[in-house]
Amino acid sequence: MSAAFTEPHPPADLAARRVTDQDWRRVLNFGLLLAMVLVFVALTNMPVKLDRRMLIEPVFSMGYLSLLWLPAALGLLVSRQPVLAGMPSYAKGPREVLAGALVGLIGGAGLSVLTVLLDNFDIRDPLVNWSPQLLDLLSFQRGTTFGAGVWLPIGLALGALGGSAHVLSVTARRVLGWAFFTVVAFAVFETVIIDLSEGFAWLGAERLVDELYFIRGGLTVHGAAALAVVGGLFAAFGRGPARRAKENFQALEGPSRTRANAVGLLVCAAALVVLPLFLGGITNELLANVGLFVLLALGLNIVVGLAGILDLGYVAFFAIGGYTAGILTTTNRGESWPDWMPEFYWGTALIFVVILAALAGLFIGAPVIRMRGDYLAIVTLGFGEIIRLLFLSDWLGGYTGAAQGVTNIPGVQVFGLATVKGTDPRAVFYLVLFFCAVAIYVSWRLERSRLGRAWMAIREDESVAEAMGINTVNAKLMAFVVGAVLASFSGAILAAKVGSVFPNSFIILVSIVILVVVIVGGMGNIVGVIVGSVVLIGILGGPRQPGLLQEFSEYKLLIYGVLLVWMMLKRPEGLVPNVRRTRELHQAEYLQDAWLRGEIDTETDSHADDTDPGGVNTGGGVLPA
Amino acid sequence: MPSPVTAEHNKLKRRLGVDTFLLFMRVVMSTFVILGLLMFIGQQIDPGNFIASRVNPDATGLTAAQFEGLVISGLSQGAMYGLIALGYSMVYGVLGFINFAHGEVFMVGAMTGMITSNKLHESGAWESNFAASLLFVLLIAIICSTLTAVIMERVAYRPLRGSPRLIPLITSIGVSFFIQNVSVVLLGPGAKSYPTLPDWLARKRELLGFISIEGTRLMVLVVAAVSMVALWYLVERTKIGKAMRAVAEDKEIASLMGINVNRTIVTTFAVGGAMAGVAGILWGLLFRSVVHTTGFLPGIKAFSAAVVGGIGNMGGAMAGGITLGGAESVAPLVLLEPWGIDGVSQLKDAVAFLVLIFVLLVKPTGLFGERLSSEDRA
Repeated sequence: MSAAFTEPHPPADLAARRVTDQDWRRVLNFGLLLAMVLVFVALTNMPVKLDRRMLIEPVFSMGYLSLLWLPAALGLLVSRQPVLAGMPSYAKGPREVLAGALVGLIGGAGLSVLTVLLDNFDIRDPLVNWSPQLLDLLSFQRGTTFGAGVWLPIGLALGALGGSAHVLSVTARRVLGWAFFTVVAFAVFETVIIDLSEGFAWLGAERLVDELYFIRGGLTVHGAAALAVVGGLFAAFGRGPARRAKENFQALEGPSRTRANAVGLLVCAAALVVLPLFLGGITNELLANVGLFVLLALGLNIVVGLAGILDLGYVAFFAIGGYTAGILTTTNRGESWPDWMPEFYWGTALIFVVILAALAGLFIGAPVIRMRGDYLAIVTLGFGEIIRLLFLSDWLGGYTGAAQGVTNIPGVQVFGLATVKGTDPRAVFYLVLFFCAVAIYVSWRLERSRLGRAWMAIREDESVAEAMGINTVNAKLMAFVVGAVLASFSGAILAAKVGSVFPNSFIILVSIVILVVVIVGGMGNIVGVIVGSVVLIGILGGPRQPGLLQEFSEYKLLIYGVLLVWMMLKRPEGLVPNVRRTRELHQAEYLQDAWLRGEIDTETDSHADDTDPGGVNTGGGVLPA
Repeated sequence: MPSPVTAEHNKLKRRLGVDTFLLFMRVVMSTFVILGLLMFIGQQIDPGNFIASRVNPDATGLTAAQFEGLVISGLSQGAMYGLIALGYSMVYGVLGFINFAHGEVFMVGAMTGMITSNKLHESGAWESNFAASLLFVLLIAIICSTLTAVIMERVAYRPLRGSPRLIPLITSIGVSFFIQNVSVVLLGPGAKSYPTLPDWLARKRELLGFISIEGTRLMVLVVAAVSMVALWYLVERTKIGKAMRAVAEDKEIASLMGINVNRTIVTTFAVGGAMAGVAGILWGLLFRSVVHTTGFLPGIKAFSAAVVGGIGNMGGAMAGGITLGGAESVAPLVLLEPWGIDGVSQLKDAVAFLVLIFVLLVKPTGLFGERLSSEDRA
């Protein structure tokens, strides 16, 4: 394995190209793309809506960030060329800066034109966001002429800034990137951090937070500066020790490695158990919502990630879990149920939930199991919709409460110690945590079991798996059943948490959001799925649950759509990839790399996850979503 | 046609529990349908017969006019499903994946139609010269939805050609999600309405002496038929169509024969998009209201229609659309009502999905046989 291959920016072999030696078409394309995206973002009203959320009080709001990061990002991307191992590459120089600046200029021109148009025309009839407010924001409240003029230099400067990132050394880029993302992360996680500081008030954490954040929200200027310095310093000096620690860990073998894993796991578990005690209601609520989606996503991960079955009607099992638990425990049952049916305790009801969900998994799984993968997707989607329509219909209304749903669901009594219900998010979180732990354990054991290997074999090639003697039908049915049971747990907890279930909580959208979570996190990887839920549901929010960026609620589905397409195009293996799945998805590239390195695919194993020949890793960090 | 080898193979295959279950389900579903139909006939003869009085005490039976109305609304709805289904079917035939976002192309057509027709209405042209403005609206909608389909192909699907089967499908779900929400953030989430149609078009007409049909529905049927004929001519009688059929059969060989495969695929998307645009306008004129989710259910149903008619088969797509539309409109009252199920019209969408499941269980190649490329047939 050559060193040049792992380093994202290998030393260049050739001198920098002349400034005028540009790929003009590419520059123009990127510029027009930037202009279009900027105008689109402006017309979605995102800048106005997000303007209320301050990042750094009073200088910088998230509204402006939603526009300003784009020229820099595209200015960076325009002159990025994938560097192939063994191929000569050019040094970076003023040429890249110029390309970025030009892209930024064209993009800025787009916004200038929009500003002028906004001032002179009123087409609020179809485009609802065509508002004076937007004009004010775009012209910085200083009149159209100023607004139209100012976006050109802004675009130019930001584009050049993005382009100049190529010129900087790797260390300098890392430092700047870390400084920037530390500031943004602290601004985004404001609620959580303030919440935490209240829990740790006895450590004097509150005073620190008062320095860091402004009263009405947003970082203070000196707080932001301090964070940037800390982030930068960490990037400059902390990376070496971090990498060494990682290498040490990877060098461990056998029992010592297992021990290290166990210690890490224990620390995480202890933190998750202890931390909520110091957290307030909002953060615990957030964690509980994230946990519900972790549970759902782990279930879907077994179906989609391990067995490779695209189940778009996954929400059906969520609904069945919620309704079964709700109907069995409610004090206000529909009139069609016989009088002798007792009101069950939630834990007892859970037994029925599991049985019914497993049966539903079999029932929905059996007819679709022999279908082609894409037919299967649509048919399961149909099943998901049928189940919701049945819950909604007057026909079963006597049992399910039709559109009113099931109400008056009591909380969960835990050994008389506590009642878990929506008013006590901490208790809900602990309940969710318990089930997540079960789900993680089950997924982890199953992945390494005979059944798990059968699933993966089916995912890769069903005919070959069958030829190897795997009973594909039974294995696939088991995937449906396990996924269904995990989703039904989530539904049952939701019923106890909210105290009611409605058909409208179980629309197809939920299935798709879970799918996005699984795919963005990394199909087939437990850690990936958890990361995906935390990042997406925690920050952006679920279909009905608000996330940390509540201002984003109107745009989160849009962002989910973009993320899904972008991930599929650029990184189908997800943020935290499963090694085997990555190789499957990038087979052609791996073979090509092996060929370029002049080796016949013998050494790729240990480095399968850090070689990304598609040039997808930006090195500088992740694009803010 | 299953080859003798596969037939032999199937015989040798172990019979699993699943197969028995599936057989059971087929029998149950068929019995349910047949019994429902028989009871319906019984109800028509005598609403108070001894079965009906037990199963469905408030049976009244349907009058001829009611039945005719159901059939006609089913047909016109089905014609629109058929137009959308053509896009699914052609893309599946050529690329072998479900373009989940095709329903959104239809929605874009309906939305642009809404915007243009309302603008024309404001300027007064809608009333003064209805025919010309309708043509104009149709043109704009076709252009927009075609562009949507083509851009979609270029941005999202072309880079994924040759990747594992589910990847483009998942991408198309993302595209669908994206287009829906673009409509929400740009145009607002509320339902928007079309301007009223002139009375001479909307009023009921008598045809052949015994069919009474609203003018709008008649227009839907006529426009759908005209588009279908135009498409048939394009695919079967022109060079472009020949190229499309060749690419659908085998991309590699087609490219060896000098066919520009990329351009042909774009043409396929464009033609499918144009058909969806026409369907969008018809939908808007018929129901006079559009939302961002307008494309979702009709899209799924149109795909079901394509499967029902046999995917890759154009005549099949249209016939499947009409079958599905008819079933969705007639079946709740004819097959479910006699069982004493309340509120059957709420189950309309469920019926559409059940038809899909039923057809896939009983005859997975569709009613008229699928036409797929050699690699997708496996």
